[in-house]
Amino acid sequence: MSDYRIQGATGEWEVVIGLEVHAQVTSNAKLFSGAATAFGAEPNTQVSLVDAAMPGMLPVPNRQCIRQAVRTGMAIDAQINKWSRFDRKNYFYADLPQGYQISQLYHPIVGEGQIEIVLDEKNPDSSTKVIGVERIHVEQDAGKLMHDQHPTSSYVDLNRSGVALMEIVSKPDMRSPAEAGAYLSKLRTILRYVGSCDGNMDQGSMRADVNVSVRKPGEEFGTRTETKNVNSVRFVMAVVEHEANRQVDVLEAGGKIVQETRLYDPDRNETRSMRSKEDAHDYRYFPDPDLLPLVLDDVFLDECRASLPELPDVKRKRYEQALGLSAYNAATLTADADTARWFETLVAEAARIQGKSESDVAKASANWLLSELYGALNRLGKTLETSPVGPTDGAELLALVADGTISGTIAKQVFEIMLETGDKPGKIVEEKGLKQTSDTGAIEAAVATVLANNADKVEQYRGGKEALFGFFVGQTMKAMQGKANPQVVNELVKKALAG
Amino acid sequence: MKQVEPSASGEAMSIDLQTVKKIASLSRISVTDAEAQAMVPELNNILGWVEQLGEVDVTGIEPMTAVIPNVQRLREDVVTDGNVRELVLANAPQAEHGFFAVPKVIE
Repeated sequence: MSDYRIQGATGEWEVVIGLEVHAQVTSNAKLFSGAATAFGAEPNTQVSLVDAAMPGMLPVPNRQCIRQAVRTGMAIDAQINKWSRFDRKNYFYADLPQGYQISQLYHPIVGEGQIEIVLDEKNPDSSTKVIGVERIHVEQDAGKLMHDQHPTSSYVDLNRSGVALMEIVSKPDMRSPAEAGAYLSKLRTILRYVGSCDGNMDQGSMRADVNVSVRKPGEEFGTRTETKNVNSVRFVMAVVEHEANRQVDVLEAGGKIVQETRLYDPDRNETRSMRSKEDAHDYRYFPDPDLLPLVLDDVFLDECRASLPELPDVKRKRYEQALGLSAYNAATLTADADTARWFETLVAEAARIQGKSESDVAKASANWLLSELYGALNRLGKTLETSPVGPTDGAELLALVADGTISGTIAKQVFEIMLETGDKPGKIVEEKGLKQTSDTGAIEAAVATVLANNADKVEQYRGGKEALFGFFVGQTMKAMQGKANPQVVNELVKKALAG
Repeated sequence: MKQVEPSASGEAMSIDLQTVKKIASLSRISVTDAEAQAMVPELNNILGWVEQLGEVDVTGIEPMTAVIPNVQRLREDVVTDGNVRELVLANAPQAEHGFFAVPKVIE
């Protein structure tokens, strides 16, 4: 249970949240036509006569769009409906040439499913909560309107018209802004793993309608409002917080919440009523007579299931249990499909080069990726995708440390050079002469010099100030330019000080 | 969602002037009062005619979705169409810079 409450004058209020997420389906062609879906094309060039709703044109569903919706449903353990049907949702707007959107109201392709969220994302050990998904249905996207190109006209681009969307409708199971944010992030993670939507919210491929109501804890649901087209996780959380507080203010002042559609203004961080006409939601749905019911057979469903990758929850548990990673590292590495893929290549290569099992090299690989590599990428303003160092070179560097060729300190230097030049770590170590030495003679000589130059500290150490041990080790390493084997240095310093 | 269904008593559904005007407005069809007035009996006649179907007992019979038993065929996910901007815009009352230009619509 979440204990997020809004403190009002009349007591505590609980927030109830449901999300309707529109996710653009990843496919080459549109839902009912052979026109392309790629983002950013010249206006109206990716439009067929079907998308432009010319008379006599008939829709034919794209198998891949159907498949993506089914695979998404399977990834959230949802009921898959082998019989579904398309309906017409009728309304007039300049971006909708048909005068109706083909959607699925009465018989959606995917029924009830669920998504597990971690309540505190920064703490993967925190409790989890299961958020119900009511349904997923497939529908057409509308075109795009531009209002700022001409003083008296709006421009219409139909490139997006007819692109397939999945509408993923949650149950009203969320109780705080954090839960709403966690749900949306987790949904995006799943969609990206499945490959059914790219999840790019800034390009509009994923947008959320946020339903919010408030009630006194334990009472019936209050009247909800719906804030449309919110396009980031942060904004969804802001909408919930703002809208819940607004509703509490209205109710406590003796007012009533009107069931209505609202818009979020990120610049002012507030929601505003869209003041739609009363009739606007009279969509007069009816079964689309141009399309037969969609019937899925077992061969199709089996292929969909077999094509699913390892999903984030399963992967996270495997990283913890089979690879021995901390809960935090496992969660961080699996939050994004591309990161997990990078990590798995790194581990596989590291294990191969070192002739060890993946579980033996996983921890060092995870630590290096999350601290060294991420630190460097942040500094350089790059991402894993644009990283100058790939997983194979990373694995080679880890192997050089693991087999004692170079020390951890030298590894950091080698890594810097790799970032700069793109050279292989083995080549850098060879050319710069950075190989670690276990040559006891050379190290002994260095230790002797350090001790001789710091006689006062040797005195203090022998007098009981044992914390100084690290100082002698550090000085010796420095004298050896970091190339001495740290274990050998430790032993020899200890021996010399004891003598 | 208002479903158009006969009432439970089997009484014929009827359309009044207000409903005609509302449907016209939702469909963005402009009708004069006289036209709307004339459409009330016309539409009621059509509905009454269709409602004769209600006399047939269809208990236990699955609704038929098409006259020929057939399943929906699917297309492959291949780009086969598009790049026909001139055709798409050919009938537009106004087109500019490759866009349809329509009277400004801002909510």
